[in-house]
Amino acid sequence: MTRDVSTRDIVYIALFAALMAAVNLVPPIQVAFLPVPITAATLAVMLAGCLIGAKRGGLAILLFVLLVALGLPLLAGGRGGLSVFFGPTAGFILSWPVGAYVTGWLTEKNWPRMNAVWFFIFSVIGGIGVVYLIGIPWLALVAKLSLFDAAKGSLIFVPGDLVKAIAAAAIAETVRRAYPLMQAAR
Amino acid sequence: MTIGLYAPGASALHRLPAGVKLGALVAASLALFAIPSTIVALAAVPVAFAVYLSTGLGLNRLILELRGPALLLCFVFVFHALAGSVEEGIAAVARFAALILLASAVTLTTPVSEMAALVERLLGPLEPLGVNPAKVGLAIALAIRFVPMIAEEYRQIREAQAARGLDRNLLALVVPLIIRTLKAADDLADAIEARGIET
Repeated sequence: MTRDVSTRDIVYIALFAALMAAVNLVPPIQVAFLPVPITAATLAVMLAGCLIGAKRGGLAILLFVLLVALGLPLLAGGRGGLSVFFGPTAGFILSWPVGAYVTGWLTEKNWPRMNAVWFFIFSVIGGIGVVYLIGIPWLALVAKLSLFDAAKGSLIFVPGDLVKAIAAAAIAETVRRAYPLMQAAR
Repeated sequence: MTIGLYAPGASALHRLPAGVKLGALVAASLALFAIPSTIVALAAVPVAFAVYLSTGLGLNRLILELRGPALLLCFVFVFHALAGSVEEGIAAVARFAALILLASAVTLTTPVSEMAALVERLLGPLEPLGVNPAKVGLAIALAIRFVPMIAEEYRQIREAQAARGLDRNLLALVVPLIIRTLKAADDLADAIEARGIET
C-alpha cells in the first residue's frame, strides 16, 4: 500500500474486504434469478471496482486475496489457505485485484454518466475480460496445456460470470442512488 | 481467531516458524516446476503425503481439503489425455497434488495471526518503494476484526428480509449490507482521525 493511501482509505479497504469475506462465510443462499450461489468472489471483484473505485477497490480485493492466503476459508466451498495459490487456477485468483482496479478505473473516469448499463459493461471488462486474460495463460503455463485447451476449459464459467456481472450492475446502480459513493471517495 | 483453517496441534510442523514453512513451500514449488521429470513429480506425492500426515491431522480434513482441487486436476488430466500426452498429464497432476498437499499442511499448522505477522515482516524491505507494512498490518487486523461483525449484520438483514418474504432477493440482501458497511467505514475513519492516529 503506497504512501498516498490515507487512514480513511485503509478503513474502506479493510471493511470492504471484510464485507466480501463475511458474505462468503455465511452459508450460501440460492438467489431467485441466479443459478449459482452468491459465494462468488468474482462478484466481489466487480462490486469493489464499481463502488469504491480503482485504488481502493483493487487494494480491497488484494487484501481479500491476502486473507485467503493467510488461511481464512473465504473461497467457494470453504476453500482457502496457501493451497489455492499452488493449484492450476491460481492465476484467476491473482488476477482479481487487477480486475477490480480496471473496473474501478473505468467507473471513476465515467462517474457522471454511470448507470446500470455502464456498470455492467465495466464489470464485464474488469471482472471477466481482465480475469480471463491473466487466468487462462497462467493455467496454460502451469498445467502445461495449450492456450486453446486452457481457454476451452475456462469457457464453461462465462455464462455464470455474465449473470454475476448483471447482478453486480443491479447492486451497484441501487447503491449509487442510495449512497454518496464517489464524493466520499475523493 | 476461530474462522481460520488453522488446526491446533503439537507436531514438528506446528512448532516450526511460519517463515521457514513458507520458504520451504516456495522452494518446493520452484523445484517441482523447474525439474521437468515425471519421476520426480510422482515421487513428490508420497513425500508430500507423509509431510501432511506428520501434522497429526485426520484424513477427513484431507478429503475436505482436496475435494475441490481433485475435480480441477481431473480436467487438467483429461485435456492432456485428449492432446495425446498422457505422461505429461500424469506429471502435471502429480505436481499439483504434491504442492496442494504441502500448502495445505502449512496452512493447517500456522495460525492466521502468525501468518499476518510474517506478511508484515516480509513487506519491510519494500518500505523504500512506498509500501507501509504498518498500514498493511492495520488493514489485515481491521478486516479480520470486522468479518464476524459484518457476518452477524448479514444474518440480521437476512432474517429481516425473510420476514418480508424478500430473503431470495439479491438486491434486498446485499444493498443494505453494503450501505451499512460503508457507513460503518465512514464512522470508523472519523473516529480514527479524531484521535489523531494519522500515519
